[in-house]
Parts: sequence; structure tokens; C-alpha cells
Amino acid sequence: MIKNHVATQADTIADLIVIGAGPAGLAAALSAKEAGCEDVIVLERDNYPGGILQQCIHNGFGLHYFHEELTGPEYAARFVKKAESSNLDIRCTTMVIDLSVDEDGKHLITTVSPDHGLIIFKASAVILAMGCRERPRGALGIPGSRCAGIMTTGTAQRLVNREGLVPGHRIVILGSGDIGLIMARRLTYEGAKVIACVEIMPYSSGLTRNVVQCLQDYDIPLMLNHTVVDIEGRERVTAVIVAAVDPKTKKPISGTEQKIDCDTLLLSVGLIPENELSRQAGVVIDNATQGPEVDQNMSTSIPGIFACGNVLHVHDLVDYVTIESEAAGQAAAEYIRRCFRKQTEETEAAVQPLQEGAGSILFRAGSGVRGLVPQYLQRNCSDKYVMIYFRPDKIYRQAHVKVLLEEKVIIDQKKKIMTPGEMVTVRLPIESVHKQIDKLEAIKIFIEEE
Amino acid sequence: MKNTYDVCVIGAGIIGAAVARELSRFNLKTVVVEKQSDVSEGTSKANSAIVHSGYDAEPGSAKAKYNVAGSRVFEDWCRELTVPYRRNGSLVLAFSEDGLPELEKLIERGRANGVEGLSILNQSDLRAREPRVGTDAVYALLAETGAICSPYDLTIRLIEHAIVNGVELKLNFEVNSISKTDDRFLVSSAQEVIECRVVINAAGVYADRINDMISQDHFCITPRRGEYWMIDKALSPVFNSTVFQLPTAMGKGVLVTPTVENTIIIGPTAEDIDDKEDVRTTAAKLEQILEIASRSWPDIPRNRFITAFAGLRAHCDRGDFIIGKSSDVSGYYLAAGIESPGLTAAPAIATEITCQVVEELGVSVTDSFLPPPPAIESFRESGNQRRRELIAADPAYGRIICRCEQVSEAEIRQAINRPNGAKTVDAIKRRTRAGMGRCQSGFCLPLVLKILAEELRIDPADITKAGEGSEIISGHLGGDYHD
Ligand SMILES: Cc1cc2nc3c(=O)[nH]c(=O)nc-3n(C[C@H](O)[C@H](O)[C@H](O)COP(=O)(O)OP(=O)(O)OC[C@H]3O[C@@H](n4cnc5c(N)ncnc54)[C@H](O)[C@@H]3O)c2cc1C
Ligand SMILES: Cc1cc2nc3c(=O)[nH]c(=O)nc-3n(C[C@H](O)[C@H](O)[C@H](O)COP(=O)(O)OP(=O)(O)OC[C@H]3O[C@@H](n4cnc5c(N)ncnc54)[C@H](O)[C@@H]3O)c2cc1C
Repeated sequence: MIKNHVATQADTIADLIVIGAGPAGLAAALSAKEAGCEDVIVLERDNYPGGILQQCIHNGFGLHYFHEELTGPEYAARFVKKAESSNLDIRCTTMVIDLSVDEDGKHLITTVSPDHGLIIFKASAVILAMGCRERPRGALGIPGSRCAGIMTTGTAQRLVNREGLVPGHRIVILGSGDIGLIMARRLTYEGAKVIACVEIMPYSSGLTRNVVQCLQDYDIPLMLNHTVVDIEGRERVTAVIVAAVDPKTKKPISGTEQKIDCDTLLLSVGLIPENELSRQAGVVIDNATQGPEVDQNMSTSIPGIFACGNVLHVHDLVDYVTIESEAAGQAAAEYIRRCFRKQTEETEAAVQPLQEGAGSILFRAGSGVRGLVPQYLQRNCSDKYVMIYFRPDKIYRQAHVKVLLEEKVIIDQKKKIMTPGEMVTVRLPIESVHKQIDKLEAIKIFIEEE
Repeated sequence: MKNTYDVCVIGAGIIGAAVARELSRFNLKTVVVEKQSDVSEGTSKANSAIVHSGYDAEPGSAKAKYNVAGSRVFEDWCRELTVPYRRNGSLVLAFSEDGLPELEKLIERGRANGVEGLSILNQSDLRAREPRVGTDAVYALLAETGAICSPYDLTIRLIEHAIVNGVELKLNFEVNSISKTDDRFLVSSAQEVIECRVVINAAGVYADRINDMISQDHFCITPRRGEYWMIDKALSPVFNSTVFQLPTAMGKGVLVTPTVENTIIIGPTAEDIDDKEDVRTTAAKLEQILEIASRSWPDIPRNRFITAFAGLRAHCDRGDFIIGKSSDVSGYYLAAGIESPGLTAAPAIATEITCQVVEELGVSVTDSFLPPPPAIESFRESGNQRRRELIAADPAYGRIICRCEQVSEAEIRQAINRPNGAKTVDAIKRRTRAGMGRCQSGFCLPLVLKILAEELRIDPADITKAGEGSEIISGHLGGDYHD
């Protein structure tokens, strides 16, 4: 790892630095401010705040949080306005290129921008809100030609919605994540022919409402248990070869190949939390979520570094991003308060490092549960309840989500249907674990079929 | 106006570029013609990028001679042109005791070829050097002079250097016929005719077709495809050396190597194909690579691939490089059948061909030979102090366009505005690395399109990935479609 700042001098000091001005960063910064932390700076590499929502011009945002149906830019605008009225310091066109922890436990954030050059900030606390990126073709090793006409759906969405450019005329979409589904409809509106949406799993990885509103309403076939096995075309895509897969092994079944003539292949094959900075700083990353391990306060393995939004785990609804990020903002404000108190009064250690054992209880993912967040519960938790998020590993009908505390089921929720495309939330009242909190080691969450 | 030159080099891969640069030291009017939209669009952009030390080639062969000579000067060439080069050393693994004599044979062959720095490592020395190597590797040959480089970067820089010294480059010029009258050649594409005294065939997998246009001394080149995986640079310190395997009953073996950009490549396969353009990757071969490579690197992280690619070896039925004066046509020179170690051999091949041409034409050294134009200064590779200076001088250095590789807007604009400046998205990629990182251009593509359109003053819908027909997008919102 290249470290450019041995014996670095900070140029600017702040209490709290928020990296990313998407919905996560904005909500976190605003709630930290409301919780009394005045000295907050939000750093954003794009020219405008709003994050990925700027290109999500479809509606369907805010149903849970605002109880209204908004478009992405409208949802973002509510926070941007609030940021303006509360004089939140947002610095756009400013990219964070390095994050590290200084000897005194504070954090060094190296940024560049065309107007201010290279600036190193020093902060007591940092909130990671960098969002996620799309998994490219090469990550899956999709074979075939490497010609023009192949891109991810998020790139296509940006081209269409922010640049006014159309990627192609005859389109096949591989993967049925939400962005893929939304783009199937969007490109149909623009006069393109979306020939098929091809999905290797036996179910869509997107929201059910998107499958209905974006594919079914426009008669776009969703080919489940299928994948792209070859791409043809020298300069630009001329066809893709699609084959059925064995549902168990996911290997293509020979003899089922069909050729689909098209000029564009869009990929919607997964999102990866953008944790390069987190890794640089040494934050522990969870293999399942690909985001930092956190406790109920969104505090990572490094004291003073918090994470929220898509950088923590990929969300399908921005409303939950907002809720989670507000919690992170409050926790960061509280952390800074305690740091300050520690400095002035020399009291006990400000925070517990996040790890299994002494300070915290592990949330353990049992059968059927993937990508559990948070991973830990601090024993000194003073909240009334903790929100637990996860994704089921397949489609479940009439199954139970159970929370197990030392042999005892303390929560049993029956769900009509759960799909991997939709995050499941469980609200765990702290009073239900309070009695055991000192000796408890793990709390298990699992799915049980009837 | 008639297009008259002394020398016409056909093909702008590493060989054509190296020859052109060497010729530019002399009082010659040289043109390089290339059918693609940029240089290094053929084999020179997709190979293992190893500067071989030279123990592999048959003693006495042209391959051995030019390999060893090329390897000796390679570092100097890279340094002069500010191209990355790292002498990381190569290892050849033996997975059983039976391998030891095989390794010793390689050492003998290497010594016969004049290679220095060859030795055998036992298992503990091997593990001390490369702790992640598979535990059933019992011996290894260490070739200390083995190195890694950036083949496309070197090709691009050689052409830039040739251009500042007067060489002309004609892109999108596909030679479809060559005729000779007296001592003049006419080299034609569908659009243009060039007259010249000397023709140099450096057409890679097409060298046999070019040869058939001029010469009766035929040979045949079969494209032999090699596929690769590329792994995220986040894993980079895994291997320092380039790790080959001794051929076994299971097959020829594949290599695992760091690149100068700190990614890791695993490959290649070897498969003879018919189509000289077919660089597709296939599911079967990609799987095979992992199976074989897992002996060298048991824990290949399958979730860290960023791309897969393939290149074509120009395998000649004569089994060796064909270098220099043609046997039947005066003024016609060949650099044909340049499969591996062709990259390593390029400097030596270029020097040899240049000597022969200069001797035939009886020309003198130019007295105004200029140094290479400055390389694009990379934000990513600069220290913070230098970064501050760069941004102060040009604020566009502070706007990062490719986030994975930290490429700034300034670098992209420089890549466009220079000798043989980039005109396509892939050309930007090879000059700056924008789009070559882990997201594979997901974020920077729209921004690169915009900058290219602005600098070249063309419509974004006309910007291509790599030349006509490879347009990135189809048109503008509101039905203004291009067809
Ligand atoms: C294409 C798409 C479609 C979606 N559709 C819907 C939908 O229909 N309904 C719904 O409710 N939800 C939808 N979502 C989900 C929701 O929009 C996201 O969950 C939400 O935007 C995530 O917010 P975030 O702030 O975590 O990330 P982002 O919105 O991605 O914001 C991250 C910000 O951090 C900045 N950043 C990253 N790294 C750096 C750095 N090093 N330095 C400076 N800045 C940095 C980025 O530029 C970006 O602005 C969609 C998501 C995507 C990707
Ligand atoms: C899988 C693989 C791995 C390899 N690994 C190594 C290695 O590790 N080390 C090493 O030393 N070597 C290696 N090699 C070999 C090395 O890459 C080649 O020897 C070298 O790149 C050949 O360069 P070239 O200029 O001859 O060919 P190319 O780069 O293919 O250039 C030929 C050019 O001619 C142009 N052209 C063709 N026909 C015409 C026409 N009619 N009109 C105009 N232009 C035309 C083409 O477009 C092309 O740009 C490897 C090769 C492969 C395929």
C-alpha cells in the first residue's frame, strides 16, 4: 500500500468529516449537526450533492420515510435544501484519495479538488458514505468478444438521465437487479427495444414491484435460470448467445443455446460497496456484506470511523439508507462529545473497540440469513431498540424469521414471502436482551420454514 | 501530392514502433501504416508482458539471439521513454523430483544462450522468496534477469518518439496490395497509395498475407490464442516474481505474474484458431486456466477478477522468427513469425533491421535527433508534494475522472493532445489507465466521452471504443439516432 503522508501535517481541522454527499452522507451529516456537532464538513467528488439519486429520475423513493412517492432527485433535494438552510459545509468536486489514522487516534483525510488543490483534513470522527459501484463484466468472466456495446446498467442510466445519450437500439439486459429493471423501462420509453432480461437465478434480484412495473407492464420477457454464454461482434455487439442453466450448479445446459440479435448488452449483475478507503484505513470488512463490520451505532472496527448507506451494505430502498445514516450521524456526534470530555476530564476510554467478546455481542447469521447488519451489539447500548437488516438466501414463502437468545426464541415473525431482492428488517427491543446483556455472547437470527 | 517515402513500415505493434523509432535516427523519410485506429491494437496490447531472460529458446535460433540481446537493453529503452519496467525475476516451478533434471536442462540451455543469473532454488528458498506459492512445488529455476514491463505503453512511447523525429503515422490504413516497379514499391489501401523504396513487414498475425503480396517465398502464420484472467491490484503483494510452471502431462502450464501496474495476470492458454481477429475469451479456457494455475497459487481469489482478455501469437510454420532481408525481393524486409519472446526481442530486432536498411540505402545519422516528448505525468504515481504542484500549475490535475486508478482530467486531456494523441476510449485507457481498474470504466466512461468529444470537437455519438463501427453509444435522447 502506498502511503504518501508519512509525518503528514494536516491543513484543516474538523470535528467530523463525512465522505460522500449521497443520501447517506447528507442524512448522517444533518443528524450529527442536529445532535450538536457543529463542525461538520461533507466531501463529495461529484459536482453536485445527491449521489446516485441524481440519475434515478424514476419515482418510488420516500414511501417509508416521507410517506410520499418522490423521484430520486426530489428525494435528494429535500436533504440538499435542509443542508442549505442549516449551513452545512458541503465541498463538491472534492475527492478523498486517502484515509488513515494518526498517532493520536484522529483521522487524516487526504482530498483533491481543482479549486483547492490537495488538502489534508484532520478529524475526530469520520463517516464513510461512499456508496457502491457496479460489478463489471470481467468480475464474472462473461466470455465472448470484448467489443463496444457492453456496459453496466448504472452507466447506461447515467448516460441517459444525466447526459442525454442513448446506449443502443436493441438491448439485452443480463441480471435483474433493480437498476436493470428500471433501465429496461427507461430505454423502452426512449424508443429502444429491450428484447429480454436474462437472470441466472430462479428469481429476480430486484424488487417485485420493479419486475411488475418495468418488465411485465411492457411485455419484456424475464428469462429466469438463463445466462449469457457468448457475446458476438467485432466492433460492436451483434448478438448474444443465451443458454439455460442447471438451477443447482448454475452451469449452462448444452443444447439450450439461443442467439439473440442485439447491439447492446447491459449488465446488472450486482453492486459492490466502495470500500477502498475503508481498507486503506484498516477497517475490518465483512465478507458477506463487503462492507465494514459495525455495531448498532454504525461504528466500525476503528474507533471514530462510522459507516452508513450503500458503502455499508447494498440497500434497495433509500428510505432505510436515511434511517441508518441518521443513527450513524447521532453516534458520531456522541463519539465526538465523549472524545472532547475525555480530553478535558481525563475520564475513562472514550469508546470500546469493536470486537467480539469484552465490549460487544455478536449477531450471528443462522440458516437462510445473508449479509446481516449490524454485526455487533455493544453491551453498553442505551437505545430502545436495534434495527437488524439482512437478505434471505433464496425465496421463502410462509416462513419464520426468528431471533434466538441462548436457546430461547425471543422474536418469531411470520413472513408471507421473502426474496433475496428485498432486505428484511427486524426490530429488536433492547429490553428483551437487557437481563442477559452482560454475559451474552451471541444473538442468532435465522429463517425457519414451516 | 504524391506520398513518397524512403521506408514504409507495415504494422504499428511493438515491432513496427521499435523499427520506426530506430529508423528515425537516420536521414530517412519513414511512414508507418496501421490498419487499426491506434497503435498497439494487435498482439502488443494483449500478452504476458514478460521481458524473458532467454533460457527458453533453442540455442542457435533467431528467437534465442534476439531474446537475449533484447533483454539486455530493455531496461534502458524503458527508462529513456519513461515506461514502467521492473526486474522482478522469473521462477519456473517443478512439482516433483522428476522436474529437477528438466530445470537443469533449462539452465544449460540458458547458459548456451548467454543468459546470466540462473540458479535452482530448493523448496525452502523458494518459499522464502514466494511464500504464497503452492506447497507441492519442490524446486524452482530462478532467472534473475526476468522482468515485467508495459508493452502497449512502450509501443505508444516509441511511436511518439519516432513522430517527433519526423516519422509519419497513418492510422486506419489497411494495406491491401503491394506492387513493385524497378526500385519502387507502391503500397495501397482502399483510399491511398504510398510510394517507397523499402517495405518492412511487421504485420503480426497478418505478416503472411503481406508477404504473399510481394514475395514468392511463402510461409504461413497461424493465430494461436492465449486467454488470461486479471486480478484486482488490491491483492498485489501476493507474488513478487513471475511464476511459470514446467510443462507436465497436464499441459504446458500457465503463469501467474504481477504486472507493472500491480494487478496480477494468470494465463495464457494456447489454442490454434482460424480467424486472425478472434480475441474472444471462452468459458472453457478461462476455467482451465484456474485449474492449472491453482498449482502455483492454490488460493486464487475468484471474487477479485476485474477482467479477462485474449491475445494472438503469430505462430509461423517455420518455427522461428523471420528477420531481415527477404530472400527474393530486394528492398523488402521482414519481422515475421514474431510470437513470444517477440516483445522482449523487439529492441534487438529493430536494431538489426535498421542496420540492414541503413546499409542498403547508404544513409547517414541525423544530427538533429530529439529526445522523446515528456511522458504524461501521472497523478496516481506522484507524491503529495508533487500533486500540490501539479494542481497549482493545472487545476485539471485536481479533478479525478477515473476513481479506481485515480486518473485526473489533466492526464486525459494530455493523452489527447500529443503526438499520435488518443482519439478513442481504448486509446485513452492505454495512455492513462482510465477505465482499466476494478470498475472497468463504469464511472469514468461518461466523463471520458465528454472530454473526448470536447477536445476532438465531435459528437459524443461518434466516439468509438477502438475505431469505426465501435461507437460507444447510439445517439441522443429524443430520437436523434445514428445508424
Ligand atoms: C441505479 C440505482 C437505482 C436505484 N433505484 C432505487 C429506487 O428506485 N428506489 C429506492 O428507494 N432506492 C433506489 N436505489 C437505492 C438508493 O438510491 C441507494 O441505496 C442510495 O442512493 C444509497 O445512498 P448512498 O448515499 O449510500 O450512496 P450514493 O448515492 O452512491 O452516494 C455516495 C456518494 O459518495 C461519493 N463518494 C464516493 N467516494 C468518494 C470519495 N472518495 N470522495 C468523495 N466523494 C465520494 C459519491 O460521488 C456519491 O455522491 C437505487 C440505487 C441505484 C444505484
Ligand atoms: C498470449 C501471448 C503472450 C505473450 N507473452 C509474451 C511475453 O511475455 N514476452 C514476450 O517477449 N513476448 C510475448 N508474446 C509475444 C509478443 O506479444 C509479440 O511477439 C509482439 O507483441 C508482436 O509484436 P508485433 O508488432 O509483431 O505484432 P502486433 O502487435 O500484432 O502488430 C502488428 C500490427 O500490424 C497491423 N497490421 C496487420 N495487417 C495490416 C495491414 N494489412 N495493413 C496495416 N496494418 C496491418 C496490425 O493491426 C497490428 O497493429 C506473447 C504473445 C501472446 C499472444
